[in-house]
Amino acid sequence: MNVITVQSLTKQFGSFTAVDNISFDVKKGEIFGFLGANGAGKTTVMRMLCGLSFPTRGEVTVAGFDLFTEAEKIKKTIGYMSQKFSLYEDLTVKENIRFYGGIYGLTDIQIKSKTDFMLQDLSINDKADTLVKSLPLGWRQKLSFSVAMVHEPQIVFLDEPTSGVDPVTRREFFSMIYEAAHTGTTVFLTTHYMDEAEYCHRVSIMVDGRIDALGTPTVLKEQFSVSDMEGVFLKLARGAKRGDD
Amino acid sequence: MRVLKILLEKEFRQVLRNPAILRIIFMMPAIQLLIMPLAADYEVKNVKLCVVDFDRSAYSRELVNKITATSYFQLVDYTDSYNKALTYVENDQADLVLQIPAKFERQLIKEDKATLFMALNAINGVKANLGSAYLRTIIGDYNREVRTEWLQIPRFNPQPVIEVAAINWFNPYMNYRIFMVPGILVILVTMVGAFLSALNIVKEKEVGTIEQINVTPIKKYQFILGKLIPFWVLGLLTLTIGLAISYLVYDIAPVGNIFTIYFFAGVYLLAVLGLGLLVSTVSATQQQAMLLSFFMMTIFILLGGLYTSIESMPEWAQAFTKVNPVAYFIDVMRMVMLKGSTLWDIRFHLLTIFVFGIVLNSLAVWNYKKRS
Amino acid sequence: MKQFIIFIRKEFFHLWRDKKTVFILFGMPLVLILIFGFALTNEVKNTRIAILDNSKDETTGTIIRQINASRYFDIVRNIKSDRELEGAFREGKIKMAVVFPMQFQYSLLHTNKAAVQLVMDATDPNVANILANYTTAIIVDYQSSMKGHQNLPYTINTELRMLYNPQMKGSYNFVPGVMAIVLMLVCAMMTSISIVREKEMGTMEVILVSPIVPVRLVIAKMVPYFLLSAVNIVSILMLSFYVLEVPIQGNLALLVAECLFFAITVLALGLLISSVADSQQTAMLISIMGLFLPTIMLSGFFFPVENMPVPLQILSNLVPAKWFYYIVEDIMIKGLGVAYVWKETLILAGMTFFFMVISIRKFKTRLE
Repeated sequence: MNVITVQSLTKQFGSFTAVDNISFDVKKGEIFGFLGANGAGKTTVMRMLCGLSFPTRGEVTVAGFDLFTEAEKIKKTIGYMSQKFSLYEDLTVKENIRFYGGIYGLTDIQIKSKTDFMLQDLSINDKADTLVKSLPLGWRQKLSFSVAMVHEPQIVFLDEPTSGVDPVTRREFFSMIYEAAHTGTTVFLTTHYMDEAEYCHRVSIMVDGRIDALGTPTVLKEQFSVSDMEGVFLKLARGAKRGDD
Repeated sequence: MRVLKILLEKEFRQVLRNPAILRIIFMMPAIQLLIMPLAADYEVKNVKLCVVDFDRSAYSRELVNKITATSYFQLVDYTDSYNKALTYVENDQADLVLQIPAKFERQLIKEDKATLFMALNAINGVKANLGSAYLRTIIGDYNREVRTEWLQIPRFNPQPVIEVAAINWFNPYMNYRIFMVPGILVILVTMVGAFLSALNIVKEKEVGTIEQINVTPIKKYQFILGKLIPFWVLGLLTLTIGLAISYLVYDIAPVGNIFTIYFFAGVYLLAVLGLGLLVSTVSATQQQAMLLSFFMMTIFILLGGLYTSIESMPEWAQAFTKVNPVAYFIDVMRMVMLKGSTLWDIRFHLLTIFVFGIVLNSLAVWNYKKRS
Repeated sequence: MKQFIIFIRKEFFHLWRDKKTVFILFGMPLVLILIFGFALTNEVKNTRIAILDNSKDETTGTIIRQINASRYFDIVRNIKSDRELEGAFREGKIKMAVVFPMQFQYSLLHTNKAAVQLVMDATDPNVANILANYTTAIIVDYQSSMKGHQNLPYTINTELRMLYNPQMKGSYNFVPGVMAIVLMLVCAMMTSISIVREKEMGTMEVILVSPIVPVRLVIAKMVPYFLLSAVNIVSILMLSFYVLEVPIQGNLALLVAECLFFAITVLALGLLISSVADSQQTAMLISIMGLFLPTIMLSGFFFPVENMPVPLQILSNLVPAKWFYYIVEDIMIKGLGVAYVWKETLILAGMTFFFMVISIRKFKTRLE
């Protein structure tokens, strides 16, 4: 079953085509990796899917709702973790959980049980009342993810969630993602770390606004006759024209 | 409703933890109210006078004594060199030069009239105006004394005399602070309402947390209310602090009903908050927001009748006053605090500001887009 | 050196690309000058007043007509009773009421005496005084015209000469004030916010790691704002001269030099602010409360220093703008030369030096 369907999606900024007529689907419970170099268009796509930006053209459904006409309904069913982690630095851990929980309609009881669970799960019980800005980066990242999941969304969008984080924390993070996918949550993430692609069920690679590769890591590696995803990327990137944002 | 409650919890928590905002709310009223009314004294007094007396007669000296006996004038020097006097003016050591020509006394007696010369530093128009008026009054008084001294009363045809008596209402002690304090209170409330609210929203834009909000099912109006309400409360809090300081330090309490003030302030805040909101929707950085709101507020305050009266302004400026919310509030503040005006008296002001509030906030809500 | 120029260029682009900000920074002096020059005036005219004529005879009629004819007054109400009087003031409709008692003409003709009462809204004491003076003058004029021009014996006349500002325009006072406000906005507020922003965004560290010397970085940030303020200074002077017709009595070159010098002083202040502020909001807060407000209140631009209580007068010496005010006033309005302003200039130089030393020290400790 497809939770995200994208058909001929295009985004133009004036004469500049950031996203060029892409089509793909994402299945329920999948970990879908949206790869590409900086400036390839990944974040633009994600922002459109989340309802932050209007597509110029295309047909998109998210969780069964139409992106153009039912955007607010979509927002109730998705979670989002942005590049900058978007927790409020001047609120404590508990306060952040309460805020996002409340926004998504959780009752006080639900919020309490979620909070207890999260603090336990992340082993930050002692930090429940510390301001987020005092948390180290790795904790913040994991907390952001948990908060994005607080309302048990159908799909969770993660925009470059592991930027600037050490490899150990990255591994821990991905185990959290696996757990989420295991319970039926679809995970849509963008990243420019090619090795993370190995963790995904399927990946697509964007180059200059187009999707130049789509499939499971195994299939792609075979297709390009390389031993890792980085190799796949390098082969594709050679033809790329757009560099950094 | 619950979403709104959750939003407000967050906003209040953030505001109370923001040292910058807290300092503005508490320190600014204190600084402005403690220093400004003391500094902003336009009253003309201690006018520095330099007398150049070429006559040096008994009468010229008597005139000078009479002048210096008042507290308006401070005699800087009594000289016989006009150039020296001018130098004093150049160095800002004298504001006014009175020149008594040679043979003053003799001319007055022989030819029935004599002329005195005044030179004033007119850079400060008000000072020059009032200073020369005071001096003239004193000279006029002296003139009458001289006349009655030299003439016998019965032979003098009584001239019709119209006595003009001026009574000063609302500020019987002619205290400049009474004039300034209401205006300062208006500035304080406006700054919190327009400035801080704009900065707050733009900061979320700059840092990126606003995206997190846009992705959630929070409705536009909920988000905006969530931002407006805390600053509305803060605005009224600032007003309260300001009123308290005015009372404790200057003994200035509203002649009118204090609730009238709060009521109007509440409506006014809605309007300026709307303005702040509008500014935030067109600014991308805090720097821009600050500059824009600062610019607007400066214009509003200057043209709002704070220092200079609106009636003296040219047509175009007076027309602008009609759409200047600050002007309305300054007017209302003075009216209610000093003259005891009632809600009924300020009904037009109230209505106008209310309409402003609706228009500005609607514009802001319309302009705010969750999806770009 | 080349590296330095590259940084200056980068800062320029940053500023230049922010069209909205640039627009306001250029436009603000223009708008302020227009407002101060054309809209704000201490001159009293067209004041709305009311008349309460209990007598309604020929004499009162004449006096009222003369008052109405004057450009100082605009009779907007004819009040019928004392009660109405208070209401009219409370509604904010009038600033003064002229009250004639009953049988005014009769009293005057038969007893040679009559009284007129002026009820003033004294919320603005100066305006009240001026209005009272003008009204009295009109009435006195009428009085002396009554029995023909009878020249009183032993009359002392006075002749007036206005120095520096013959037309008593308010603008002379405000032009240096506008200049100070604009310079403070551009050189202190904007500069400090720009420097602090890099600190906040974390990009400061990136640059500090680069081979550029930190001091040069900071100076590179100040350069575009300095140039901007130079443009502003010139435009303000030109506007004042051509549009407001404020004459520049003294040496133009000296004036411009002093203004530029003051700009540097304010830049140094901006630097100081940025060295102690940890967020943009804080920088803005300090600029407004610590720089802007004191300048407006204590510099002497808007309120005469000599009227202030002594402690405030002493405090005002700490405000750089105060010295700048003296300098501009001396050169531009009084036409004096270097001999008169070297003291104040030296004081400003001292302040600049002081600010820079402290800022550099603070920056150094931050980096270590």
